Amino acid sequence: MSTQMQQLYQQVILDQSRARTGNTALLRDEATGRHGCSHQVNPTCGDEIELEIELLDDGRIAVRWSGDGCSISMASASVLSELAADASVDQMLQIESAFHELMHSRGTMEADETILGDAAAFTGVSKFPARIKCALLAWMAFKDALNQAQAAREENHHA
Amino acid sequence: MFSRLRGDFPILDVRVGESPLSYLDSGATSQKPQCVIDTFVEYYAQRNAAVHRGAHSLAVEATDAFENGRIAVAGLVGGTPEQVCWTKNATEALNIVAMGIDRASRGFGGEAAQRFALGPEDSIVITEMEHHANLVPWQQLAASTGAQLRWLPVTDSGELDLSELESIVDETTKVLAFTHVSNVLGTINPVEMLVARARAVGAYVVLDACQSVPHMPVDFTVLDVDFAAFSAHKALGPTGLGVLWGKSELLDALPPVLTGGSMITTVAMEDSEFMPAPQRFEAGTQPVAEVAAFATAVGYLAEVGLQDVFDHERELGRLLLDGIAEIPGIRVLGDAAERIGTVAFDVDGVHAHDVGQYLDSQGVAVRVGHHCAQPLHRRFGVTASTRASTYLYNTAEDCRRFLTALAEVRPFFGVA
Repeated sequence: MSTQMQQLYQQVILDQSRARTGNTALLRDEATGRHGCSHQVNPTCGDEIELEIELLDDGRIAVRWSGDGCSISMASASVLSELAADASVDQMLQIESAFHELMHSRGTMEADETILGDAAAFTGVSKFPARIKCALLAWMAFKDALNQAQAAREENHHA
Repeated sequence: MFSRLRGDFPILDVRVGESPLSYLDSGATSQKPQCVIDTFVEYYAQRNAAVHRGAHSLAVEATDAFENGRIAVAGLVGGTPEQVCWTKNATEALNIVAMGIDRASRGFGGEAAQRFALGPEDSIVITEMEHHANLVPWQQLAASTGAQLRWLPVTDSGELDLSELESIVDETTKVLAFTHVSNVLGTINPVEMLVARARAVGAYVVLDACQSVPHMPVDFTVLDVDFAAFSAHKALGPTGLGVLWGKSELLDALPPVLTGGSMITTVAMEDSEFMPAPQRFEAGTQPVAEVAAFATAVGYLAEVGLQDVFDHERELGRLLLDGIAEIPGIRVLGDAAERIGTVAFDVDGVHAHDVGQYLDSQGVAVRVGHHCAQPLHRRFGVTASTRASTYLYNTAEDCRRFLTALAEVRPFFGVA
Protein backbone atom coordinates (compact mmCIF):
# COMPACT_ATOMS: atom_id res chain seq x y z
CA MET A 1 0.00 0.00 0.00
CA SER A 2 1.35 3.36 -0.94
CA THR A 3 2.16 5.68 1.93
CA GLN A 4 0.21 8.46 0.19
CA MET A 5 -2.94 6.37 0.51
CA GLN A 6 -2.22 5.79 4.18
CA GLN A 7 -1.65 9.51 4.67
CA LEU A 8 -4.93 10.27 2.94
CA TYR A 9 -7.02 7.66 4.66
CA GLN A 10 -5.87 8.05 8.26
CA GLN A 11 -7.55 5.63 10.65
CA VAL A 12 -9.34 8.62 12.23
CA ILE A 13 -10.94 9.37 8.86
CA LEU A 14 -12.00 5.79 8.22
CA ASP A 15 -13.45 5.52 11.76
CA GLN A 16 -15.20 8.88 11.64
CA SER A 17 -16.67 8.20 8.19
CA ARG A 18 -18.51 5.28 9.80
CA ALA A 19 -19.26 6.97 13.15
CA ARG A 20 -20.88 10.00 11.49
CA THR A 21 -21.22 12.01 14.71
CA GLY A 22 -23.91 14.68 14.37
CA ASN A 23 -25.68 12.83 11.57
CA THR A 24 -29.20 13.18 12.98
CA ALA A 25 -32.53 14.56 11.87
CA LEU A 26 -32.50 18.33 11.42
CA LEU A 27 -34.85 20.34 13.65
CA ARG A 28 -35.38 23.09 11.07
CA ASP A 29 -38.07 25.47 12.32
CA GLU A 30 -38.50 23.46 15.52
CA ALA A 31 -35.12 24.59 16.80
CA THR A 32 -35.63 26.86 19.80
CA GLY A 33 -32.33 28.75 19.63
CA ARG A 34 -31.25 31.02 16.77
CA HIS A 35 -30.39 28.73 13.94
CA GLY A 36 -29.20 28.58 10.39
CA CYS A 37 -29.14 25.82 7.83
CA SER A 38 -26.95 25.39 4.77
CA HIS A 39 -27.09 22.95 1.89
CA GLN A 40 -23.80 22.38 0.05
CA VAL A 41 -23.23 20.26 -3.02
CA ASN A 42 -20.06 19.13 -4.72
CA PRO A 43 -21.20 19.33 -8.34
CA THR A 44 -18.42 17.10 -9.65
CA CYS A 45 -19.46 14.02 -7.67
CA GLY A 46 -22.91 14.85 -6.34
CA ASP A 47 -21.83 14.70 -2.69
CA GLU A 48 -24.11 16.78 -0.56
CA ILE A 49 -24.61 17.88 3.00
CA GLU A 50 -27.26 19.84 4.80
CA LEU A 51 -25.94 21.22 8.07
CA GLU A 52 -27.82 23.01 10.79
CA ILE A 53 -26.39 25.24 13.49
CA GLU A 54 -28.21 26.26 16.62
CA LEU A 55 -26.79 28.92 18.93
CA LEU A 56 -27.65 27.82 22.46
CA ASP A 57 -28.21 30.20 25.37
CA ASP A 58 -25.12 28.98 27.22
CA GLY A 59 -22.91 30.11 24.33
CA ARG A 60 -22.53 26.59 22.92
CA ILE A 61 -23.34 25.47 19.39
CA ALA A 62 -25.47 22.50 18.44
CA VAL A 63 -24.58 20.96 15.06
CA ARG A 64 -26.78 18.51 13.19
CA TRP A 65 -26.35 17.33 9.65
CA SER A 66 -27.52 14.90 7.06
CA GLY A 67 -25.65 14.06 3.95
CA ASP A 68 -24.37 11.55 1.49
CA GLY A 69 -20.86 11.42 0.21
CA CYS A 70 -17.38 9.94 0.25
CA SER A 71 -15.48 8.94 3.37
CA ILE A 72 -13.54 12.22 3.41
CA SER A 73 -16.66 14.41 3.32
CA MET A 74 -18.57 12.32 5.86
CA ALA A 75 -15.59 12.05 8.22
CA SER A 76 -15.05 15.80 7.98
CA ALA A 77 -18.66 16.50 8.97
CA SER A 78 -18.33 14.03 11.83
CA VAL A 79 -15.11 15.57 13.17
CA LEU A 80 -16.61 19.05 12.83
CA SER A 81 -19.58 17.96 14.96
CA GLU A 82 -17.30 16.50 17.65
CA LEU A 83 -15.21 19.66 17.77
CA ALA A 84 -18.32 21.84 17.97
CA ALA A 85 -19.52 19.97 21.03
CA ASP A 86 -16.58 21.36 23.06
CA ALA A 87 -15.95 24.72 21.45
CA SER A 88 -17.25 28.27 21.49
CA VAL A 89 -18.22 30.09 18.32
CA ASP A 90 -14.89 31.93 18.30
CA GLN A 91 -12.94 28.71 18.74
CA MET A 92 -14.86 27.07 15.91
CA LEU A 93 -14.12 30.01 13.63
CA GLN A 94 -10.44 29.69 14.54
CA ILE A 95 -10.52 25.98 13.71
CA GLU A 96 -12.38 26.66 10.46
CA SER A 97 -9.79 29.20 9.41
CA ALA A 98 -6.86 26.91 10.29
CA PHE A 99 -8.52 23.99 8.51
CA HIS A 100 -9.17 26.05 5.39
CA GLU A 101 -5.54 27.14 5.30
CA LEU A 102 -4.32 23.58 5.85
CA MET A 103 -6.48 22.22 3.02
CA HIS A 104 -5.08 24.74 0.57
CA SER A 105 -1.46 24.11 1.57
CA ARG A 106 -0.84 21.39 -1.05
CA GLY A 107 0.81 19.30 1.63
CA THR A 108 3.34 21.96 2.62
CA MET A 109 1.91 22.70 6.09
CA GLU A 110 2.27 21.00 9.41
CA ALA A 111 -1.14 20.77 11.08
CA ASP A 112 -1.46 22.48 14.47
CA GLU A 113 -3.11 19.75 16.51
CA THR A 114 -3.68 22.04 19.49
CA ILE A 115 -6.10 24.04 17.35
CA LEU A 116 -7.36 21.39 14.95
CA GLY A 117 -7.69 18.33 17.17
CA ASP A 118 -8.88 15.36 15.08
CA ALA A 119 -9.25 17.65 12.06
CA ALA A 120 -5.44 17.45 11.83
CA ALA A 121 -5.92 13.94 10.43
CA PHE A 122 -6.98 15.54 7.14
CA THR A 123 -3.48 16.90 6.46
CA GLY A 124 -2.89 14.25 3.78
CA VAL A 125 -5.99 15.37 1.87
CA SER A 126 -4.28 18.63 0.93
CA LYS A 127 -1.99 16.68 -1.40
CA PHE A 128 -4.99 15.53 -3.42
CA PRO A 129 -6.48 18.61 -5.13
CA ALA A 130 -9.54 16.64 -6.28
CA ARG A 131 -10.42 15.80 -2.68
CA ILE A 132 -10.00 19.17 -0.94
CA LYS A 133 -13.58 20.12 -1.70
CA CYS A 134 -14.70 16.87 -0.04
CA ALA A 135 -12.98 17.82 3.21
CA LEU A 136 -14.24 21.41 3.07
CA LEU A 137 -17.87 20.70 2.19
CA ALA A 138 -19.11 20.43 5.79
CA TRP A 139 -17.03 23.42 6.85
CA MET A 140 -18.48 25.54 4.05
CA ALA A 141 -21.96 24.57 5.25
CA PHE A 142 -20.93 25.32 8.84
CA LYS A 143 -19.74 28.81 8.02
CA ASP A 144 -22.80 29.60 5.96
CA ALA A 145 -25.21 28.26 8.60
CA LEU A 146 -23.36 30.11 11.36
CA ASN A 147 -23.65 33.39 9.45
CA GLN A 148 -27.37 32.82 9.13
CA ALA A 149 -27.76 31.98 12.82
CA GLN A 150 -25.77 35.04 13.84
CA ALA A 151 -27.79 37.24 11.48
CA ALA A 152 -30.99 35.82 12.98
CA ARG A 153 -29.70 36.63 16.47
CA GLU A 154 -28.81 40.19 15.42
CA GLU A 155 -32.26 40.69 14.02
CA ASN A 156 -33.73 39.42 17.26
CA HIS A 157 -31.66 41.89 19.29
CA HIS A 158 -32.83 44.79 17.19
CA ALA A 159 -36.42 43.69 17.11
CA MET B 1 -3.36 -6.87 -33.26
CA PHE B 2 -4.79 -4.76 -30.46
CA SER B 3 -1.90 -5.27 -28.06
CA ARG B 4 0.36 -3.82 -30.77
CA LEU B 5 -1.75 -0.66 -31.04
CA ARG B 6 -0.86 0.22 -27.47
CA GLY B 7 2.59 1.31 -28.60
CA ASP B 8 1.00 4.03 -30.76
CA PHE B 9 -0.18 5.85 -27.63
CA PRO B 10 2.79 7.42 -25.82
CA ILE B 11 0.79 8.43 -22.75
CA LEU B 12 0.11 4.81 -21.88
CA ASP B 13 3.78 4.52 -20.85
CA VAL B 14 3.33 7.17 -18.16
CA ARG B 15 3.67 5.78 -14.66
CA VAL B 16 1.29 6.65 -11.83
CA GLY B 17 3.54 6.79 -8.79
CA GLU B 18 5.16 3.34 -8.78
CA SER B 19 2.51 1.69 -10.95
CA PRO B 20 2.09 1.37 -14.69
CA LEU B 21 -1.04 3.07 -16.04
CA SER B 22 -4.20 1.17 -16.89
CA TYR B 23 -6.38 3.82 -18.47
CA LEU B 24 -10.03 2.80 -18.21
CA ASP B 25 -11.59 6.24 -18.59
CA SER B 26 -11.95 6.55 -22.35
CA GLY B 27 -15.67 7.18 -21.95
CA ALA B 28 -14.62 10.56 -20.55
CA THR B 29 -11.85 11.22 -23.04
CA SER B 30 -9.69 9.00 -25.20
CA GLN B 31 -5.92 9.04 -25.43
CA LYS B 32 -4.26 10.10 -28.70
CA PRO B 33 -1.99 8.08 -30.99
CA GLN B 34 1.35 9.64 -31.95
CA CYS B 35 0.15 10.24 -35.53
CA VAL B 36 -2.63 12.53 -34.26
CA ILE B 37 -0.21 14.44 -32.06
CA ASP B 38 2.17 14.72 -35.02
CA THR B 39 -0.52 16.14 -37.31
CA PHE B 40 -1.34 18.78 -34.72
CA VAL B 41 2.28 19.83 -34.39
CA GLU B 42 2.91 19.62 -38.13
CA TYR B 43 -0.07 21.83 -38.87
CA TYR B 44 1.31 24.66 -36.77
CA ALA B 45 4.87 24.06 -37.95
CA GLN B 46 4.08 23.98 -41.65
CA ARG B 47 0.54 24.81 -42.71
CA ASN B 48 -1.04 27.32 -40.36
CA ALA B 49 -3.07 30.09 -42.02
CA ALA B 50 -6.59 31.51 -42.04
CA VAL B 51 -8.99 29.25 -43.92
CA HIS B 52 -11.50 30.26 -46.58
CA ARG B 53 -9.80 33.58 -47.25
CA GLY B 54 -6.56 34.93 -48.59
CA ALA B 55 -5.01 33.91 -51.87
CA HIS B 56 -1.64 32.75 -50.60
CA SER B 57 -0.36 29.19 -50.71
CA LEU B 58 -0.50 28.57 -46.98
CA ALA B 59 -4.14 29.66 -46.87
CA VAL B 60 -4.92 27.12 -49.58
CA GLU B 61 -3.12 24.36 -47.67
CA ALA B 62 -4.86 25.24 -44.42
CA THR B 63 -8.24 25.32 -46.18
CA ASP B 64 -7.51 21.90 -47.69
CA ALA B 65 -6.65 20.48 -44.29
CA PHE B 66 -9.85 21.93 -42.87
CA GLU B 67 -12.13 20.68 -45.64
CA ASN B 68 -10.42 17.28 -45.83
CA GLY B 69 -11.49 16.82 -42.22
CA ARG B 70 -15.10 17.07 -43.33
CA ILE B 71 -14.52 14.50 -46.03
CA ALA B 72 -12.91 12.16 -43.52
CA VAL B 73 -15.80 12.49 -41.06
CA ALA B 74 -18.41 11.98 -43.80
CA GLY B 75 -16.51 8.81 -44.70
CA LEU B 76 -16.75 7.71 -41.07
CA VAL B 77 -20.43 8.40 -40.31
CA GLY B 78 -22.06 8.66 -43.75
CA GLY B 79 -23.53 11.52 -45.74
CA THR B 80 -21.72 14.24 -47.64
CA PRO B 81 -19.04 16.61 -46.32
CA GLU B 82 -21.62 19.46 -46.36
CA GLN B 83 -23.54 17.58 -43.70
CA VAL B 84 -20.62 17.83 -41.28
CA CYS B 85 -20.58 21.07 -39.25
CA TRP B 86 -17.72 21.79 -36.86
CA THR B 87 -18.60 22.83 -33.33
CA LYS B 88 -16.68 23.38 -30.12
CA ASN B 89 -17.89 20.05 -28.75
CA ALA B 90 -20.89 17.72 -28.82
CA THR B 91 -22.63 19.82 -26.17
CA GLU B 92 -22.48 22.83 -28.45
CA ALA B 93 -23.76 20.74 -31.37
CA LEU B 94 -26.82 19.66 -29.36
CA ASN B 95 -27.38 23.23 -28.18
CA ILE B 96 -27.23 24.51 -31.77
CA VAL B 97 -30.16 22.23 -32.62
CA ALA B 98 -32.18 23.04 -29.48
CA MET B 99 -31.50 26.77 -29.66
CA GLY B 100 -32.05 26.81 -33.43
CA ILE B 101 -35.49 25.30 -32.85
CA ASP B 102 -36.08 27.93 -30.19
CA ARG B 103 -35.24 30.68 -32.67
CA ALA B 104 -37.47 29.09 -35.29
CA SER B 105 -40.26 29.10 -32.70
CA ARG B 106 -39.77 32.86 -32.38
CA GLY B 107 -40.11 33.44 -36.10
CA PHE B 108 -36.43 33.51 -37.07
CA GLY B 109 -35.33 31.79 -40.25
CA GLY B 110 -38.37 32.66 -42.35
CA GLU B 111 -40.80 30.17 -43.73
CA ALA B 112 -38.27 27.37 -44.15
CA ALA B 113 -37.64 27.33 -40.41
CA GLN B 114 -41.33 27.15 -39.48
CA ARG B 115 -41.19 23.35 -39.77
CA PHE B 116 -39.24 23.44 -36.48
CA ALA B 117 -41.50 25.87 -34.62
CA LEU B 118 -42.71 24.61 -31.24
CA GLY B 119 -45.55 25.81 -29.05
CA PRO B 120 -47.43 24.80 -25.89
CA GLU B 121 -49.40 22.17 -27.79
CA ASP B 122 -46.22 20.30 -28.78
CA SER B 123 -43.97 17.90 -26.90
CA ILE B 124 -40.26 17.10 -26.79
CA VAL B 125 -39.26 13.56 -25.80
CA ILE B 126 -35.92 12.57 -24.28
CA THR B 127 -34.90 9.62 -22.10
CA GLU B 128 -34.01 9.06 -18.46
CA MET B 129 -30.52 7.86 -19.44
CA GLU B 130 -29.36 11.05 -21.15
CA HIS B 131 -26.10 12.80 -20.46
CA HIS B 132 -26.89 16.30 -19.18
CA ALA B 133 -25.74 17.64 -22.56
CA ASN B 134 -28.74 15.99 -24.24
CA LEU B 135 -31.10 16.81 -21.39
CA VAL B 136 -30.63 20.37 -20.14
CA PRO B 137 -30.85 22.02 -23.61
CA TRP B 138 -34.24 20.34 -24.14
CA GLN B 139 -35.44 21.46 -20.71
CA GLN B 140 -34.45 24.96 -21.71
CA LEU B 141 -36.24 24.66 -25.05
CA ALA B 142 -39.38 23.40 -23.32
CA ALA B 143 -39.27 26.25 -20.81
CA SER B 144 -38.75 28.76 -23.58
CA THR B 145 -41.47 27.57 -25.96
CA GLY B 146 -44.00 26.16 -23.52
CA ALA B 147 -43.69 22.74 -25.14
CA GLN B 148 -44.09 19.75 -22.84
CA LEU B 149 -40.97 17.77 -21.90
CA ARG B 150 -41.48 14.01 -21.66
CA TRP B 151 -39.08 11.16 -21.25
CA LEU B 152 -38.81 7.44 -21.83
CA PRO B 153 -38.00 5.68 -18.54
CA VAL B 154 -35.20 3.17 -17.95
CA THR B 155 -35.74 -0.44 -16.81
CA ASP B 156 -33.82 -2.21 -14.03
CA SER B 157 -31.72 -3.86 -16.72
CA GLY B 158 -30.60 -0.43 -17.89
CA GLU B 159 -32.53 -0.43 -21.13
CA LEU B 160 -35.09 2.04 -22.40
CA ASP B 161 -38.58 1.07 -21.30
CA LEU B 162 -40.49 1.21 -24.59
CA SER B 163 -43.74 -0.28 -23.25
CA GLU B 164 -45.35 3.18 -23.32
CA LEU B 165 -43.50 4.37 -26.42
CA GLU B 166 -46.67 5.03 -28.40
CA SER B 167 -48.27 7.19 -25.71
CA ILE B 168 -45.07 9.07 -24.82
CA VAL B 169 -44.06 9.73 -28.41
CA ASP B 170 -47.39 10.76 -29.87
CA GLU B 171 -48.84 13.15 -32.46
CA THR B 172 -47.78 16.15 -30.36
CA THR B 173 -44.11 15.13 -30.42
CA LYS B 174 -41.93 17.33 -32.58
CA VAL B 175 -38.49 16.27 -31.31
CA LEU B 176 -37.23 12.90 -30.10
CA ALA B 177 -33.71 13.25 -28.70
CA PHE B 178 -31.86 10.27 -27.27
CA THR B 179 -28.45 8.77 -26.83
CA HIS B 180 -27.23 5.98 -29.11
CA VAL B 181 -25.17 4.45 -26.29
CA SER B 182 -25.48 5.27 -22.58
CA ASN B 183 -22.31 6.90 -21.30
CA VAL B 184 -22.89 5.27 -17.90
CA LEU B 185 -24.41 1.84 -18.56
CA GLY B 186 -22.91 1.17 -21.98
CA THR B 187 -26.37 0.12 -23.24
CA ILE B 188 -26.84 0.37 -27.00
CA ASN B 189 -30.31 1.73 -27.70
CA PRO B 190 -32.59 0.43 -30.48
CA VAL B 191 -32.26 3.42 -32.82
CA GLU B 192 -34.32 1.84 -35.61
CA MET B 193 -37.36 1.30 -33.39
CA LEU B 194 -37.24 4.85 -32.02
CA VAL B 195 -36.70 6.40 -35.45
CA ALA B 196 -39.65 4.39 -36.81
CA ARG B 197 -41.90 5.77 -34.07
CA ALA B 198 -40.64 9.32 -34.67
CA ARG B 199 -41.37 8.96 -38.39
CA ALA B 200 -44.87 7.69 -37.66
CA VAL B 201 -45.70 10.89 -35.75
CA GLY B 202 -43.57 13.29 -37.79
CA ALA B 203 -41.01 14.10 -35.09
CA TYR B 204 -37.40 15.07 -35.76
CA VAL B 205 -34.77 12.69 -34.38
CA VAL B 206 -31.67 14.04 -32.62
CA LEU B 207 -29.07 11.41 -31.80
CA ASP B 208 -26.32 11.81 -29.20
CA ALA B 209 -23.63 9.65 -30.77
CA CYS B 210 -20.76 10.52 -28.42
CA GLN B 211 -20.40 6.99 -27.10
CA SER B 212 -21.18 5.14 -30.33
CA VAL B 213 -19.12 6.78 -33.08
CA PRO B 214 -15.75 6.10 -31.37
CA HIS B 215 -16.57 2.47 -30.56
CA MET B 216 -18.65 0.88 -33.34
CA PRO B 217 -19.54 1.25 -37.00
CA VAL B 218 -22.17 4.00 -37.28
CA ASP B 219 -23.84 5.32 -40.42
CA PHE B 220 -26.27 8.16 -39.76
CA THR B 221 -27.83 7.82 -43.21
CA VAL B 222 -28.67 4.16 -42.55
CA LEU B 223 -29.99 5.01 -39.07
CA ASP B 224 -32.01 7.75 -40.80
CA VAL B 225 -31.64 10.26 -37.97
CA ASP B 226 -32.18 13.96 -38.67
CA PHE B 227 -29.41 15.39 -36.50
CA ALA B 228 -26.52 13.77 -34.67
CA ALA B 229 -23.74 15.02 -32.42
CA PHE B 230 -20.41 13.64 -31.26
CA SER B 231 -17.03 14.88 -30.12
CA ALA B 232 -13.54 14.41 -31.54
CA HIS B 233 -11.77 13.93 -28.22
CA LYS B 234 -13.59 10.70 -27.39
CA ALA B 235 -12.55 9.28 -30.79
CA LEU B 236 -8.74 9.66 -30.58
CA GLY B 237 -8.94 13.30 -31.65
CA PRO B 238 -8.20 16.57 -29.88
CA THR B 239 -10.40 18.46 -27.42
CA GLY B 240 -12.19 21.62 -28.56
CA LEU B 241 -13.85 20.01 -31.56
CA GLY B 242 -17.29 18.51 -31.99
CA VAL B 243 -19.47 17.58 -34.92
CA LEU B 244 -23.04 18.48 -35.71
CA TRP B 245 -24.26 16.18 -38.46
CA GLY B 246 -27.63 16.72 -40.09
CA LYS B 247 -29.75 16.16 -43.16
CA SER B 248 -28.83 18.96 -45.54
CA GLU B 249 -32.37 20.20 -46.07
CA LEU B 250 -32.83 20.53 -42.31
CA LEU B 251 -29.43 22.07 -41.61
CA ASP B 252 -30.06 24.68 -44.28
CA ALA B 253 -33.42 25.57 -42.72
CA LEU B 254 -32.29 25.66 -39.07
CA PRO B 255 -31.67 29.23 -37.86
CA PRO B 256 -28.07 29.65 -36.68
CA VAL B 257 -27.40 30.68 -33.09
CA LEU B 258 -23.90 32.08 -33.44
CA THR B 259 -23.77 34.71 -36.15
CA GLY B 260 -21.01 36.94 -37.49
CA GLY B 261 -18.07 36.48 -39.81
CA SER B 262 -17.59 33.55 -42.19
CA MET B 263 -21.23 32.44 -42.09
CA ILE B 264 -22.91 35.10 -44.27
CA THR B 265 -23.45 35.63 -47.99
CA THR B 266 -24.25 39.34 -47.89
CA VAL B 267 -24.40 41.84 -45.08
CA ALA B 268 -26.19 45.17 -45.26
CA MET B 269 -26.57 47.58 -42.36
CA GLU B 270 -30.20 46.48 -41.93
CA ASP B 271 -29.93 42.72 -42.27
CA SER B 272 -27.88 39.79 -43.54
CA GLU B 273 -28.22 36.55 -45.42
CA PHE B 274 -26.67 33.34 -44.20
CA MET B 275 -24.74 30.67 -46.04
CA PRO B 276 -26.05 27.12 -46.23
CA ALA B 277 -24.59 24.43 -43.97
CA PRO B 278 -21.96 23.76 -42.89
CA GLN B 279 -20.66 27.36 -42.89
CA ARG B 280 -23.91 28.73 -41.52
CA PHE B 281 -23.01 27.15 -38.16
CA GLU B 282 -19.32 28.06 -38.25
CA ALA B 283 -19.16 31.74 -37.35
CA GLY B 284 -15.74 33.07 -36.42
CA THR B 285 -12.31 31.50 -36.58
CA GLN B 286 -12.43 27.72 -36.51
CA PRO B 287 -10.19 25.14 -34.75
CA VAL B 288 -8.26 24.22 -37.89
CA ALA B 289 -5.38 22.33 -36.26
CA GLU B 290 -7.93 20.28 -34.33
CA VAL B 291 -9.78 19.42 -37.52
CA ALA B 292 -6.55 18.36 -39.23
CA ALA B 293 -5.60 16.19 -36.26
CA PHE B 294 -9.08 14.68 -36.08
CA ALA B 295 -8.88 13.73 -39.75
CA THR B 296 -5.79 11.70 -38.88
CA ALA B 297 -7.65 10.11 -35.95
CA VAL B 298 -10.52 9.14 -38.24
CA GLY B 299 -8.04 7.61 -40.67
CA TYR B 300 -6.50 5.62 -37.80
CA LEU B 301 -9.91 4.31 -36.70
CA ALA B 302 -10.78 3.35 -40.26
CA GLU B 303 -7.51 1.48 -40.63
CA VAL B 304 -8.08 -0.52 -37.45
CA GLY B 305 -11.72 -1.06 -38.43
CA LEU B 306 -14.58 -0.09 -36.14
CA GLN B 307 -16.18 -3.53 -36.21
CA ASP B 308 -12.92 -4.94 -34.83
CA VAL B 309 -12.78 -2.13 -32.27
CA PHE B 310 -16.31 -3.00 -31.20
CA ASP B 311 -15.58 -6.74 -30.94
CA HIS B 312 -12.37 -6.09 -28.98
CA GLU B 313 -14.12 -3.86 -26.48
CA ARG B 314 -17.04 -6.27 -26.11
CA GLU B 315 -14.53 -8.92 -25.12
CA LEU B 316 -12.89 -6.61 -22.58
CA GLY B 317 -16.32 -5.63 -21.28
CA ARG B 318 -17.14 -9.30 -20.81
CA LEU B 319 -13.90 -9.79 -18.81
CA LEU B 320 -14.84 -6.83 -16.60
CA LEU B 321 -18.40 -8.06 -16.01
CA ASP B 322 -17.35 -11.65 -15.29
CA GLY B 323 -14.57 -10.51 -12.97
CA ILE B 324 -16.76 -8.04 -11.08
CA ALA B 325 -19.40 -10.76 -10.56
CA GLU B 326 -16.85 -12.70 -8.50
CA ILE B 327 -16.10 -9.80 -6.15
CA PRO B 328 -18.53 -9.58 -3.21
CA GLY B 329 -20.45 -6.37 -2.56
CA ILE B 330 -20.41 -4.90 -6.06
CA ARG B 331 -23.57 -4.07 -7.96
CA VAL B 332 -23.27 -3.40 -11.67
CA LEU B 333 -25.75 -0.78 -12.92
CA GLY B 334 -27.79 -2.34 -15.71
CA ASP B 335 -27.18 -5.59 -17.54
CA ALA B 336 -28.27 -4.90 -21.10
CA ALA B 337 -27.28 -7.56 -23.61
CA GLU B 338 -26.56 -4.98 -26.30
CA ARG B 339 -23.68 -2.95 -24.92
CA ILE B 340 -20.21 -1.55 -25.45
CA GLY B 341 -17.25 -2.26 -23.15
CA THR B 342 -18.32 0.20 -20.47
CA VAL B 343 -19.31 -0.90 -16.96
CA ALA B 344 -20.62 1.29 -14.12
CA PHE B 345 -21.05 -0.10 -10.64
CA ASP B 346 -21.73 0.65 -6.99
CA VAL B 347 -19.47 -0.70 -4.25
CA ASP B 348 -21.43 -1.52 -1.11
CA GLY B 349 -20.23 0.60 1.80
CA VAL B 350 -17.63 2.56 -0.15
CA HIS B 351 -18.35 5.81 -1.96
CA ALA B 352 -17.35 6.00 -5.64
CA HIS B 353 -14.89 8.79 -4.91
CA ASP B 354 -13.04 6.54 -2.48
CA VAL B 355 -13.16 3.61 -4.91
CA GLY B 356 -11.58 5.77 -7.61
CA GLN B 357 -8.92 7.02 -5.21
CA TYR B 358 -7.92 3.48 -4.26
CA LEU B 359 -7.83 2.31 -7.89
CA ASP B 360 -5.70 5.34 -8.76
CA SER B 361 -3.20 4.35 -6.08
CA GLN B 362 -2.81 1.10 -8.05
CA GLY B 363 -2.39 2.93 -11.38
CA VAL B 364 -5.93 2.23 -12.58
CA ALA B 365 -7.72 5.32 -13.94
CA VAL B 366 -11.53 5.20 -13.83
CA ARG B 367 -14.28 7.79 -13.70
CA VAL B 368 -16.21 8.41 -10.48
CA GLY B 369 -19.25 10.58 -9.81
CA HIS B 370 -22.53 10.96 -11.64
CA HIS B 371 -20.92 11.09 -15.09
CA CYS B 372 -23.18 14.00 -16.03
CA ALA B 373 -26.21 11.74 -15.73
CA GLN B 374 -27.81 12.55 -12.38
CA PRO B 375 -31.37 11.41 -13.27
CA LEU B 376 -30.03 8.01 -14.37
CA HIS B 377 -28.13 7.57 -11.10
CA ARG B 378 -31.22 8.57 -9.14
CA ARG B 379 -33.10 5.91 -11.11
CA PHE B 380 -30.67 3.32 -9.76
CA GLY B 381 -30.87 4.72 -6.23
CA VAL B 382 -27.33 6.10 -6.05
CA THR B 383 -25.83 9.58 -6.29
CA ALA B 384 -22.58 8.40 -7.81
CA SER B 385 -20.96 5.35 -9.35
CA THR B 386 -17.59 4.14 -10.55
CA ARG B 387 -17.20 3.56 -14.29
CA ALA B 388 -14.60 1.56 -16.17
CA SER B 389 -14.66 2.24 -19.91
CA THR B 390 -12.45 0.53 -22.47
CA TYR B 391 -11.05 1.50 -25.83
CA LEU B 392 -9.00 -0.07 -28.58
CA TYR B 393 -5.70 0.35 -26.73
CA ASN B 394 -6.85 -1.50 -23.61
CA THR B 395 -5.79 -5.06 -22.99
CA ALA B 396 -6.90 -8.03 -20.90
CA GLU B 397 -4.01 -7.09 -18.60
CA ASP B 398 -5.66 -3.70 -17.92
CA CYS B 399 -8.83 -5.56 -16.94
CA ARG B 400 -6.91 -7.94 -14.66
CA ARG B 401 -5.15 -5.05 -12.91
CA PHE B 402 -8.48 -3.29 -12.47
CA LEU B 403 -10.15 -6.39 -11.02
CA THR B 404 -7.27 -7.09 -8.63
CA ALA B 405 -7.39 -3.54 -7.31
CA LEU B 406 -11.19 -3.54 -7.11
CA ALA B 407 -11.17 -6.71 -4.99
CA GLU B 408 -8.97 -4.87 -2.46
CA VAL B 409 -11.26 -1.83 -2.10
CA ARG B 410 -13.79 -3.06 0.47
CA PRO B 411 -11.15 -4.70 2.69
CA PHE B 412 -9.10 -1.46 2.60
CA PHE B 413 -12.06 0.61 3.77
CA GLY B 414 -12.91 -1.96 6.41
CA VAL B 415 -16.31 -2.98 5.06
CA ALA B 416 -15.41 -6.56 4.15
